[in-house]
Amino acid sequence: MPVKVLEEWFNACSGCEISILNMGDALVEMLSELEFVHIPVLMDHKYYGQTGEGSQVEIPEADIAIVSGGIRNEEHKELLEEIRKKCKTLIALGSCATNGGIPALANMWTKDEALKNIYSTITTDSASPPDRVPAWLDRVFAVDEIVKVDIYIPGCPPHPKNIADALTAVLKGESWSLPERSVCDTCPTIREKKASSGTIKRSLENADFDPEKPIDQMRCLMEQGFICLGPVTRAGCRGDSDAPRCIKARIGCRGCFGPIRKGARPMVDMMGAWSSIGLNAQAVPDRRALLNRFIGAHNNLRPLPKR
Amino acid sequence: MGKTLTIQPVTRIEGHAKVLIELDDNGNVADAKMAIVALRGFEQFCIGRAADEMPRIVNRICGICPWSHHLASNKAVDKVYGVTPPPAGEKLRRLMQHLSWIPDKILHFYFLAAPDFIMGPDADPSVRNVLGVLKSNPDLGMKVVKMRQLGSMLIENFAGKVIHPAAGVPGGFSKPMTEAEREELLKGAEELLEFAKFSIDLAKKDIFPKYMDLIENVGVIKTGFIGTVSEDGSWEIYDGKLRMMKADGSYEDFSYEQYTDYIAEHVEPWAYVKFPYAKRWGEFALEFDNPTIYRSNCLARINVCDKMPTPLAQAELEEFREKFGRPCQYTILYNYARLIELLCNAESAVALLKDPEITDRNVRTKVEPQAGRGVGCVESLQGTLIHDYEADQNGLITRVNLIVGSTHNAAPMNLSVKQAAQALIQGGNYDQGLLNKIEIVIRAYNP
Repeated sequence: MPVKVLEEWFNACSGCEISILNMGDALVEMLSELEFVHIPVLMDHKYYGQTGEGSQVEIPEADIAIVSGGIRNEEHKELLEEIRKKCKTLIALGSCATNGGIPALANMWTKDEALKNIYSTITTDSASPPDRVPAWLDRVFAVDEIVKVDIYIPGCPPHPKNIADALTAVLKGESWSLPERSVCDTCPTIREKKASSGTIKRSLENADFDPEKPIDQMRCLMEQGFICLGPVTRAGCRGDSDAPRCIKARIGCRGCFGPIRKGARPMVDMMGAWSSIGLNAQAVPDRRALLNRFIGAHNNLRPLPKR
Repeated sequence: MGKTLTIQPVTRIEGHAKVLIELDDNGNVADAKMAIVALRGFEQFCIGRAADEMPRIVNRICGICPWSHHLASNKAVDKVYGVTPPPAGEKLRRLMQHLSWIPDKILHFYFLAAPDFIMGPDADPSVRNVLGVLKSNPDLGMKVVKMRQLGSMLIENFAGKVIHPAAGVPGGFSKPMTEAEREELLKGAEELLEFAKFSIDLAKKDIFPKYMDLIENVGVIKTGFIGTVSEDGSWEIYDGKLRMMKADGSYEDFSYEQYTDYIAEHVEPWAYVKFPYAKRWGEFALEFDNPTIYRSNCLARINVCDKMPTPLAQAELEEFREKFGRPCQYTILYNYARLIELLCNAESAVALLKDPEITDRNVRTKVEPQAGRGVGCVESLQGTLIHDYEADQNGLITRVNLIVGSTHNAAPMNLSVKQAAQALIQGGNYDQGLLNKIEIVIRAYNP
């Protein structure tokens, strides 16, 4: 009997779904064991029946539910609660689902303030924000703030290998999680435990490296002074390749896999990491949003009192 | 008593939409609309961020076209900071733009749209999808999976990330291309070019001729078009000028900075998406033949350009225009235009990878934060991207205006849905296959 799978996206961009497709051969091999019963990006199952006459959302029963995106509006919340009722194992896929993701930067403003500004840009005809739409909740929530999550696959986007590993584990009746290691633990660059200069650099110029030489012959980007959140970010983005993804592009990590463990405090830990190699963190602009870029749910980002 | 049909979610598209069809007492269509029911709010939460970080934030607008947003953002920040990337930096960005479109075009045509044509518009929904295609036509299915994967891996191996990239940077590109990388990319791009030729031949022979009745009658509306063209009027997706064409084929060209003279955005209470319209051409109304309504994405680009920049794509354009004229208004032929663009992107990638300058070591001009405004545009799969930023003297963003590809089509998609519903549903007769034909029209536009 194939295992029934449903997939749904909420406050999301579709990058997680493309990552599922980027499993490529691994996905095709797995298809004999999986039966998709609902996946809007690929299949035509509808909430209100195939001819749209139903009055209640109908989600099929499934062994595994995979959900991407944070929870932004009332419709997302209702749908998520319905999916939780219909599935045995719930997988939160991608950093929006696990931690709010980039769209949770909106949690730095109140809902009303944000909506007012969004509908009064320089090209927008003057109008009130739409009111016959699924209403925004007060803030962006991670999936586990609304329902119980069984498996977390973080990343923006998640790595296809991690999705394949997690699904393989679930098919065997096992659980799965990424090890509690940092991006630095999986980064081959050369570290000397001190910075080459005292100032932190924004991404205004390229790193110092010889493009003909492999990454393990490049000096650590943080030690070169560039902003890199590797020390406070969970490992897992490199898959089977030779280095973390952004480091392969010779550019610093921005934390898209979220904190190394639940309850970690990346803001405090990163300040410590900078000072330990002699860098002055005061030069880093917009620190609060930078260090919480992908993790604004769970009340990590909230409106500040007006100055 | 009339009733309302709610088709939700619209499936095999990128994004969150629903179709509402209101039937009157006689079972005829009184009204039909398509609402985009999601909003994230980038225009708000980018405020306060460092401009040089923007390309790594706004790429999250879209997981299918993250490179296009990434590059539009880099171009906007180049202007805020007043820098010009070195030629190799520009060429690497342009190469990524062309390359990244290839797996996405394959995704759209084969994974999202083609199941309707290969399995049939009325086929059972449980098999009318890429999984059904894989089962019924395993050789083609596996070839498609392999080619999409090849396109993605080429980008990932060179630039680290294929989705939500980081390698484009203000001032240029984060790393040069080595000769070994160039050879590997060229080999892959040549393979993708062969697949592009195969795809357009397949569609012209086995798909479009079978569905001419659907193409000529369903979803057809009369609108203007928007797209980017180069100085000489050629099809262009990385850098050029904007062109808006009226339904009669006449057009106006303008620079990125002038976009506010041409485009405004209307708000409806029932949709989060804004409805961009050509404000120079009249008053907006969501009605057939309203002169302010224009379309974006591949059919629009194919219509506004004078010619294609590569030989095989140019031959295809000539054949297309011979059959369907300029501008072509048949919505379902977005799928045809998409394949002409697949071919052009593959040809363009191969040409860039044969350009000796692509491996030049000088790929980035150093930037300094400063106050300023920058409007950066590129084409994304779904249409013209407009990223308009202002920053303060520390390079922190103070204002953002975004008009993104899919929103240009918000109004025309609504009208196509209404036209299709009215043409297809009469006297209360409808079934899932017929309603799927309305979605076929939506899928033509998206992504």
